[in-house]
Amino acid sequence: MTVPLDTLAAPARRGSARPLLGRLGGLARQPVLMVSWIIVLVVIGWAVAPRLFTSYSPYEGDSAASFAPPSVEHWFGTDRLGRDLFARTVYGAHTTLTATLLAVLIAFGIGTVAGLIAGFSGGIVDTAVMRLVDVFLAIPSLLLAMVVVSVLGYSTQNIALAVGISSIASFARVMRAEVLAVVTQDYVRAAYGLGRGRLGVMLRHVVPNSLSSVVALAALEVGTAVLAVASLGFLGYGAPPPQPEWGLLVAEGRDYVATHPWAAIMPGLALALVVVAAHRISTSYRKEHRR
Amino acid sequence: MLRYLALKAGRALFVVWAAFTLTFVLLFVLPANPVDLLFDPAELNTVTPEVRAQVAESYGFNKPVVLQYLARLGHALTGDFGNSVQSGRSVTATILDVLPSTLVLASGALVLALLVAFAIALVATSTRRPWVRNLVEALPSGAVSVPVFLSGILMLQIFSFQLGWFPAFGDRGVKSLVLPVITLAIPVAGPIAQLLVRSFATEFRSGYVTTSWAKGATRSGIIVRDVFRNAGLPALTIAGITFGNLIAGSVITETVFARQGIGRMTQAAINTLDVPLVQGVVVLVAASFALINLIVDLIYPLLDPRLRAALAVGSPRAA
Repeated sequence: MTVPLDTLAAPARRGSARPLLGRLGGLARQPVLMVSWIIVLVVIGWAVAPRLFTSYSPYEGDSAASFAPPSVEHWFGTDRLGRDLFARTVYGAHTTLTATLLAVLIAFGIGTVAGLIAGFSGGIVDTAVMRLVDVFLAIPSLLLAMVVVSVLGYSTQNIALAVGISSIASFARVMRAEVLAVVTQDYVRAAYGLGRGRLGVMLRHVVPNSLSSVVALAALEVGTAVLAVASLGFLGYGAPPPQPEWGLLVAEGRDYVATHPWAAIMPGLALALVVVAAHRISTSYRKEHRR
Repeated sequence: MLRYLALKAGRALFVVWAAFTLTFVLLFVLPANPVDLLFDPAELNTVTPEVRAQVAESYGFNKPVVLQYLARLGHALTGDFGNSVQSGRSVTATILDVLPSTLVLASGALVLALLVAFAIALVATSTRRPWVRNLVEALPSGAVSVPVFLSGILMLQIFSFQLGWFPAFGDRGVKSLVLPVITLAIPVAGPIAQLLVRSFATEFRSGYVTTSWAKGATRSGIIVRDVFRNAGLPALTIAGITFGNLIAGSVITETVFARQGIGRMTQAAINTLDVPLVQGVVVLVAASFALINLIVDLIYPLLDPRLRAALAVGSPRAA
């Protein structure tokens, strides 16, 4: 009689197994979503191979062309030193996106494990983890990240670490809620009935079936983390000035906003566009994976 | 009911205590040499060992960590977080100095954000045109996606430098408040509007609305009389998040508009590693967050009879 139980114990993972072509067809019917994907992919391209997108150097400028307004030659215009702002934005993608990715990975990794342990063990462990989560949630992430960066020292890596630490709590909370819902399911009880150990049930059944909400949160968190990284960069906690980082680019342009507005606004718009696109993609992911 | 109250109040107190302890560990214990943090990094090399010893003595850094912690905690309980390293004034007084300015900015932004969020939810629910609904529903996620520093700079550029309607910097008069309030209201309105749009839509499909339709009520009548009253309440559940957004937003808004306030002071305190001041601000913010959530937890059952009934059933010992 173990056969039916065994099929019961191995539920289909949520998510669609639609063929790639079908997915692309669906994408074509949602132009906004398609544009969002294009924006995100282009910006990832900037981060991976900036040379393919611009022939200008992000560091060397032509001082004769100081503060040239946006034109065919300089898409985003130039800054005080005559550096091409589009090139600086393209090269800055690497710094900002790496920091974002690192931050999300830290929050996802630690938060998911903490939430899993809390939800799966219950009792005093659960209480301890969740009270700790309460504390982290009580301090606004930007403030917490600022404090962490001030202790670690100013650099882009430390910004990533700080942003990651400040968003661990929300991952832990979502993961715990999912785990609590999953452990009451029949297939989990069936797996216990089949004689699997707690660790086996956790890894084989609980983890794969609780992850989808957390992955959706991670997708949403990418947009939020880009904003947080750029905000800390804007406040001056990140890479030192000659480096192109998006928040820093806006901060540098800010001093000249009265006379040369593009210096702050063009990199800022690029940043906003990426965040909007990332949010759009994560929203559609969540809609697709809603039970 | 009493048990519910005690549990919630206990959790709030725990959060404040833990925020204090966390910042103590982060700011006073983790740094290899906390005395170094008290000096301007540029002048660190010129500080003589005697001065260091003196400073360590006056801040109690030469005592065991546990004693330092207990001493600081004891003082903090009476509202004393020590003195600001930069100004030498008491942390509490320094915070109280700039608090009114931030409170004015934040409350203005909160009111504006609530108005905008309700307007968005009302339009999204009441319109019959799908494209209007889609457009309006896209606004909140746009609002949370635009960096506060960018919207602030855009505001400055358009309304201050181009049109000259409002002063660019400073904090004198109502006119200088308009642009910062709008800038801060944008990211705060986003999450509230998202929540309201969802809860308006849920309520609009519920049974009592069908009853009202059947009784011949008009669309706008239903929305104002039935939906509005029931759907507005859930906004309270994200009061804490809203508070956090206001604080984080005010750090950037005050920097962009060069306004005095908690946010800008915090940034300055972090830049100069003014450890006692940073700890004071973090504990104050965590305490306010905990207090807001506590108040919401306590008044929510008063506002929502369904929850009150559930609580009374859930705890038979209710008074």
